[in-house]
Amino acid sequence: MTITEKILARAAGKAHISPGDVVFAKIDKVMLHDVSGPGVIKVFSQWEKMGKKLERIWDPDRVWITEDHFVPPPDRISAENLLELSNWSEKFGIKKHFKYGLGQYGICHTLSHEEAMVLPGEVYVGGDSHTNTTGAMGAFAAGLGHTDIAYVLMNGQIWFKIPETMMFKLTGKKPEYIMAKDIILKIIGDIGTDGANYKTMQFSGEVIRQLGMEERLTLTNMTTEAGAKNGIIEADSITDEYLRERTDSSYFAILGDSDAEFSEVYSYEIDKLEPIVAKPFSPGNISVARELQDIEIDKAYIGSCTGAKLEDLRLAAKLLKGKKVKVRTEVLPAAQSIYSKAIKEGLISIFMEAGAVIGPPTCGACCGAHMGVLGKDEICVSTTNRNFPGRMGNVESKTYLASPLVVAASAITGKITDPRDARN
Amino acid sequence: MRGIVHKYDRANIDTDVIIPGPYLKIHDHKELAKHAMEGIDSKFPEKVSNGDFLVCGSNFGCGSSREHAPIALSGTGIKAILAPSFARIFYRNAVDGGYLLPIEVEEDIIKRIADNDYLDIDISQNRITNLSKNESYVMKAFPALIAKIVESGGLVNYKELSNL
Repeated sequence: MTITEKILARAAGKAHISPGDVVFAKIDKVMLHDVSGPGVIKVFSQWEKMGKKLERIWDPDRVWITEDHFVPPPDRISAENLLELSNWSEKFGIKKHFKYGLGQYGICHTLSHEEAMVLPGEVYVGGDSHTNTTGAMGAFAAGLGHTDIAYVLMNGQIWFKIPETMMFKLTGKKPEYIMAKDIILKIIGDIGTDGANYKTMQFSGEVIRQLGMEERLTLTNMTTEAGAKNGIIEADSITDEYLRERTDSSYFAILGDSDAEFSEVYSYEIDKLEPIVAKPFSPGNISVARELQDIEIDKAYIGSCTGAKLEDLRLAAKLLKGKKVKVRTEVLPAAQSIYSKAIKEGLISIFMEAGAVIGPPTCGACCGAHMGVLGKDEICVSTTNRNFPGRMGNVESKTYLASPLVVAASAITGKITDPRDARN
Repeated sequence: MRGIVHKYDRANIDTDVIIPGPYLKIHDHKELAKHAMEGIDSKFPEKVSNGDFLVCGSNFGCGSSREHAPIALSGTGIKAILAPSFARIFYRNAVDGGYLLPIEVEEDIIKRIADNDYLDIDISQNRITNLSKNESYVMKAFPALIAKIVESGGLVNYKELSNL
């Protein structure tokens, strides 16, 4: 069995499972945020109207909550959603509630690894499609809607159809101008935005050893954009080291069997890869960055669970050091802890001296909600994960998705720029 | 069930088109319905009558896990969506929430169905009858578990956990 099959077999209490089987799997961790949370509360109130007694949930210690989409609240409805969620979590005894302005908080997928909320071998579901991100820790991680999350909160389990696994072997030596973002955009461009529908995307190969934990998380984060049920990378010494700095909890990593079967095996020679950009209006609509060097931009956005982890900020700062940005540039670290480390490392000063504006951790403009949305015809190059029509604002705005290096290089020139060409 | 077809003949209709991000803070189902499909057709909610069907290209509902998407569509009166394939979270949200039916049909059948056609959908027989064209099509049967959840009206009412 593959790692995904083994994790789900354990959670379903079965010795063996195969792709296509439908199982109810026990859940180890569950996450909800300020968008899926109020939806869950609504399902709970419907159940109460149906006469169900809801005095307690299955296991409050396995549940965690983030405030991330509409924080700091841009309007009254958003503020009231946060209040409702706070009252609800208190009622059910959920202690791990990350609130803005009260110490550590940030984007749910970033906290999942920064706070070691999920451990290798676990089954983790979240009320957000990019829950796939956390699969880079060697866990099964998948997004669900709020009815499913409400069901998990009451029953501690949920149904899954066992996915087939597509294996992506990343070979060669990764050049310094290439980031995980380029690799995943290239893969999505090749297989299409429905290329992994209902399937698992697993990554292996020597390049995985060259990527730090945060870069691995970028790969699994965007498996969602290929339609994958989950993305996964087997835990190794890099995972162990990352977790040792963050938790005392012990875990038992699960690895795939050597005779595991894959529905497809792809091989990518990463040393030959060029920096990649996804053009509007699909993450699968890719080009080599150098082919787009005439495209003038209005804004550069460095933010989100995909592109504002500490390593993302470090690399962007390396290019921006001593330079001035030519277009509006917004930098929003993905979590308070990352923001704080970025200050200590001097990265925030570099961004500010370059002319960028720094914002608090939030999903904000990535989902077109607030804190820097795009107007009509505005063109943005962004470290985020989606560029559907209207995703970051006006339906007639345009978003190009790229790595933090490409976005930083483009901020300097005002055009889409390969990081190798930014030093001129 | 019988209804009129609203056809949007393109693949990858995503959740940002079905219900844009700024409305994610809204949890009132009627209010969400007012903005259904805003990214593709701002007049959509006015065009739909209760019981109508949506017919679209492959990978319908890709993108976000927002349950707001099937909620908004169902709030306009849409009872079923016909497409060659669905994004997985949209599919399970539609079924588990009991909002509407995601019905998978072959690409060729999508081509035969036109905007404003009048359909009869019989999920017990896996049959779609196009009353406007006097044609009959086969839909893909729901897998056993999905069929049971559909029959229960959503996962919320589904009780047979131990039987699996």
